[in-house]
Amino acid sequence: MTVPAIQIEQVHKRFGSLHALKGVDLTVNQGEFFGLLGPNGAGKSTLINTIAGLLRPTSGKISVMGHDVVDDYQAARMALGVVPQELVFDPFFNVREMLRFQAGYFGRGKENDVWVDEVIETLGLTDKAHTNMRKLSGGMKRRALIAQALAHKPPVIVLDEPTAGVDVELRQLMWEFIKRLNAEGHTVILTTHYLEEAEALCSRVAMMKQGEIVALDSTANLLNKFAGKNLRLKLGQATLPASLLPMLKNGENGVFTLALSDLGQVEFALSELRKANVVIEDMQLIEADLEDVFLSLVGGA
Amino acid sequence: MNMLDQLITQKWRGTYTLFKKEVLRFWRVAFQTIASPVLSALLYLLIFSHALSGHVEVYKGVEYTAFLIPGLIMMSLLQNAFANSSSSLVQSKVMGSIVFVLLTPLTYMQFFIAFLAASIIRGLMVGLSIYLVAIWFVNVPITHFVWILTFGILGAALLGIFGIIAGIWSDKFDQMAAFQNFVIMPLTFLSGVFYSIHSLPHFWQIISKFNPFFYMIDGFRYGFFGQGDISPWISLVVVTAFLLALAWLALKMLKSGYKLRG
Repeated sequence: MTVPAIQIEQVHKRFGSLHALKGVDLTVNQGEFFGLLGPNGAGKSTLINTIAGLLRPTSGKISVMGHDVVDDYQAARMALGVVPQELVFDPFFNVREMLRFQAGYFGRGKENDVWVDEVIETLGLTDKAHTNMRKLSGGMKRRALIAQALAHKPPVIVLDEPTAGVDVELRQLMWEFIKRLNAEGHTVILTTHYLEEAEALCSRVAMMKQGEIVALDSTANLLNKFAGKNLRLKLGQATLPASLLPMLKNGENGVFTLALSDLGQVEFALSELRKANVVIEDMQLIEADLEDVFLSLVGGA
Repeated sequence: MNMLDQLITQKWRGTYTLFKKEVLRFWRVAFQTIASPVLSALLYLLIFSHALSGHVEVYKGVEYTAFLIPGLIMMSLLQNAFANSSSSLVQSKVMGSIVFVLLTPLTYMQFFIAFLAASIIRGLMVGLSIYLVAIWFVNVPITHFVWILTFGILGAALLGIFGIIAGIWSDKFDQMAAFQNFVIMPLTFLSGVFYSIHSLPHFWQIISKFNPFFYMIDGFRYGFFGQGDISPWISLVVVTAFLLALAWLALKMLKSGYKLRG
């Protein structure tokens, strides 16, 4: 049995009276593409910073590739590449210099330059390799940040909201690259606000709310479990037959959305409407997405 | 530095890379970090020597202008060693780029050594530059080179460490500037850069002896003229003691992750 890429056991983090992580348990296996979702302030970045050693857990244990992030932090950090959320940069150096320094901090020398150049090229930074970090646009800075996290070729890559404020083209390019790394065996952990992104990329997702993991499953299971398909009906009248009220998600101005636990319910809904002599002006079957899951788990209720 | 790149072993590469980055950081802006302190020191020299030469003879047979030069060299060396580590740390904290180092397997000791070594290099480069320019105008003897080198390195190290402490503690540039203006400047100016403490009233002579900068400058000057206000051996003991105390504090801060890791 191989060691998990990341193992988190009963991790608590307190900042004074703020209890930011409340006993998080999570295992990410090697080779996974894992999504960590949650609203602002849910504790995603706190969890990532604790894995990265930027924060120390108040209690509990975290290991990266089997190395404890506190007791065996050198081995743990060797195995980890982190893309921070903020667009931070060192204004004194150009892109290639920064990448070589970054690799050097991890003990990598000249033999690593081939890899650095490959990262530069794949992320579309070749033209900017000799440009000072200060002079890069926001999107280019983001690429450089990703490149820096990869400079020492870590087996586990953590990206903290890497696509915040990034245009569509760059987002595509980034995901192609990250997908390729994942296919080559790197474990990828991603936090994001873009649910469709997590849905398209991640094989498993965890959802966090107020410092706790409230859902953890494969993306497909979560979609099935929490959000069946929806049926949207435009009716010729403002009321719904009473028999359909238990399925009602929302309805106004004659447009009603019904939640379906399985497709068989379409038949039931239509026959009930026919029985009540209701005219159907329009009808749409809507696929569920992670947003629904997300809202049902972390939303208002 | 490229030759050094080849020689460095895997074990030392992390420390060496951080050291190299810290050296290049100031070297890239050498106009500000080397040339400008050299110019300031020369202006001091010009003004003080014009105003005071012929009026003061501090040591027998030593011209005031010559007397002034080791003090000015040491003053600039100390200030720049401090500025190197402190401004680098504050800047990378404010910019957030400190995470690039914090995410690496570098130990707190490696971090300390790299920042300290870069500060010493900056201090010595500024000091040497001032000396090389000054000897065109003034004849400055070198009596005991070993003492000059010893106090030059110890002084740069002491202030480099003090800069690490100030850089970690400060959250903003103005807090760091406060260290510079309210601690370093007064201690240097009151340490005997421009005068011998024997020319002071008795009370101020005693006060001066509580100032660690006095020992660094007096020991350094001894290396040039073979005479000083006190024995260089006493200065060596005092400076080393201060150095060890500050190193202990800085390492304690770094080890605990104070203000760097939450």
